[in-house]
Amino acid sequence: MTETMSLKALTRRQLLTRGAAAGASFVIGTGFVAGRDAAWATEMDALKPETMATLIQMARDIYPHDKVGDQYYAAAVKGYDVPQEVDFVQAGIDMLNDTASQKGFGTYLDAGWEDDRVAILREIEGTDFFQRIRGGLVTGLYNQKEVWPIFGYEGESYSKGGYLYRGFDDISWI
Amino acid sequence: MAAPFDMNDDSVVVIIGTGAGGGVLANELAQKGISVVALEAGGRYLPEDYINDEWDSFGQLAWTDTRTTSGEWRVSEDFPNLPAWIVKAVGGTSTHWAGASLRFQDHEWKARTTYGEVEGANLLDWPIDGTEMAPFYDRAEKKLGVTRTNDIPGLPGSNNYKVFEAGAKKIGYKEVHTGRMAINSVERDGRMACQQTGFCFQGCKWGAKWSAAYTDIPAGEATGNLEVRTKAHAARILHDDAGRVTGVEYFDENGDLQMQKARVVCVAGNSFESPRLLLNSSSSMFPDGLANSSGQVGRNYMRHTTGSVYGIFEQPVHMYRGTTMAGIIQDEAKHDPSRGFVGGYELETLSLGLPFMAAFLDPGSWGRSFTTALDSYENMAGMWIVGEDMPQEANRVTLSDAEDGFGLKVANVNFTDHPNDTAMRNHAYQQGMAIYDAMGATRTMPTPPYPSTHNLGTNRMSERPEDGVVNANGRAHDVPNLYVSDGSQFTTGAAENPTLTIVALAIRQAEHIAGELNRGNL
Ligand SMILES: Cc1cc2nc3c(=O)[nH]c(=O)nc-3n(C[C@H](O)[C@H](O)[C@H](O)COP(=O)(O)OP(=O)(O)OC[C@H]3O[C@@H](n4cnc5c(N)ncnc54)[C@H](O)[C@@H]3O)c2cc1C
Ligand code: SF4
Repeated sequence: MTETMSLKALTRRQLLTRGAAAGASFVIGTGFVAGRDAAWATEMDALKPETMATLIQMARDIYPHDKVGDQYYAAAVKGYDVPQEVDFVQAGIDMLNDTASQKGFGTYLDAGWEDDRVAILREIEGTDFFQRIRGGLVTGLYNQKEVWPIFGYEGESYSKGGYLYRGFDDISWI
Repeated sequence: MAAPFDMNDDSVVVIIGTGAGGGVLANELAQKGISVVALEAGGRYLPEDYINDEWDSFGQLAWTDTRTTSGEWRVSEDFPNLPAWIVKAVGGTSTHWAGASLRFQDHEWKARTTYGEVEGANLLDWPIDGTEMAPFYDRAEKKLGVTRTNDIPGLPGSNNYKVFEAGAKKIGYKEVHTGRMAINSVERDGRMACQQTGFCFQGCKWGAKWSAAYTDIPAGEATGNLEVRTKAHAARILHDDAGRVTGVEYFDENGDLQMQKARVVCVAGNSFESPRLLLNSSSSMFPDGLANSSGQVGRNYMRHTTGSVYGIFEQPVHMYRGTTMAGIIQDEAKHDPSRGFVGGYELETLSLGLPFMAAFLDPGSWGRSFTTALDSYENMAGMWIVGEDMPQEANRVTLSDAEDGFGLKVANVNFTDHPNDTAMRNHAYQQGMAIYDAMGATRTMPTPPYPSTHNLGTNRMSERPEDGVVNANGRAHDVPNLYVSDGSQFTTGAAENPTLTIVALAIRQAEHIAGELNRGNL
């Protein structure tokens, strides 16, 4: 999960005054990316905050789930925020932004509609960058235990005695 | 002499691999007083160790040593180094099998005779038949405690089963039930009944499902005649100038090369590792690999014609609750060429958790078509297709250029569907989707085959030495004291999940080996 520590103490107003809007969903400031609603924030160790904000948006656009908050996408890509990944990620995000500008958008985050961003992603779909980010999300996003309940998946069941007395055959509509 | 055995003890039978085949054979021989050393590449995990978490369990149990792939199967593109999802542990893949335990139909032992010549297929009749196998199936069903045999009641139907059953009946299927499962529906054999935890593929923490890991293997060890060496990776089988095998070189848990002498060697490493080991054991006497005068070692790799169908409904199903595969439709298992293919298939309930669903529903895809399906995970029902695929010479395991951590050449697995396989899969997709449509599905998804779970045929049985690797007893045509004891000895795959047959063959082979030892022929 995304950790905020010092940022967590900030009110929404304080957070917003410390940062600037990035795209529709994010606030970025020195060393952090936060949700527009200040419900979550993540501090940067290695990546530039705008790079991280773009990566989070890209993650959502690859696997969009409207019921899954940005903090889970942020957690899914947080692993790239280490020195040894900076060059790889920065080069990829630069490419993404270049592609966006060829399509008439300032940056990837400036494209307001998901369809426009997906069209940009389709252009770079064959690159190692896209494929590594996508592949990493398959476990990075869907293997977060915190997202399972959002999909109605209950996970581990042994400690609760299985489902023998907890609804293995409780279907009601047949 | 009692276990543990000396490296120089050349009176022992060495078994390589302790899965469904090797684990059962080890126990059956040990019960007869025969000294056995079983070499197992993996570690030992028991019910208390198993993990109710798909990826963590994968990390614990799966064989993740490098393998390579080629051919036109989609697995080669999506999972180039994971041709199969199988286990490296004591008990082998019986730790995470689902327990579906079916006998072959009589005609399936004689596929070449029944189906006739199929272009591009390397079909052959088994040198044994249903009558000969019947008593061994009886014993296997007793050992595994298969439901709906021996008066053992069937398992109760889960949510996923209820959708499946009702849909099947709506489209006219008759042979629908909760399966013949090696899962206790009632307490039996000192093991409790199924608690419907839904993690059958991750190892049954209740021990309700049969696995060699906590049944046959400890039973064999208790006789004092079986020594299981864990983290012991067989590297090469050695032979003498007379062409008889004399021992097995293996890497122990410290990575040191050891050599266990042997009177008899039985290879049971699954259909990738068994041919790999024979090929890696080539010598000046056996330049193309041990026991390979036919050139058939590694060939005729079969994985069953599989695929899944998932359906999404307006209301919840919670398919992951309960036994993973306790549900079957057998109406399509017959051989009826009017459907446009030879052989038949079974439809069986199946469920994956969210993490595996994300990885396997449509590997590589992204965007809303994919994610909206997962959004309805709660309302999903699932089934699996398992049908007979055609043996083809070019579908084969060969030695790759890549090497494992021990410097041994790894297996390359080449596979391309036969047109019969594709026709069967398409038929099954249509039927599966019709079942869910009949229940009001708002969306159905014909899902591609996963990395293989059934791996068969790469050291096949044959009447004539030129057609296969082993004879009707699993004994190598070329080497009198070498046996193959796992799924790789399958001549053809039939429509049924293979493990009951692997176990029945192991029981039968134990009788044969004991007899030959008594007669002084080994
Ligand atoms: C998810 C899943 C579900 C399944 N469900 C069913 C089902 O419902 N019904 C059914 O009939 N079948 C099912 N199967 C298939 C079943 O598990 C296999 O058919 C069966 O276990 C194969 O037995 P085997 O002896 O050939 O190989 P395995 O059981 O795979 O055993 C091979 C063993 O050999 C060891 N080994 C390999 N190489 C070496 C070496 N060089 N040295 C030492 N040891 C070595 C391996 O580590 C392994 O332990 C399922 C499989 C999977 C993966
Ligand atoms: S559903 Fe039954 S057989 Fe499967 S893991 Fe749970 S208790 Fe074991």
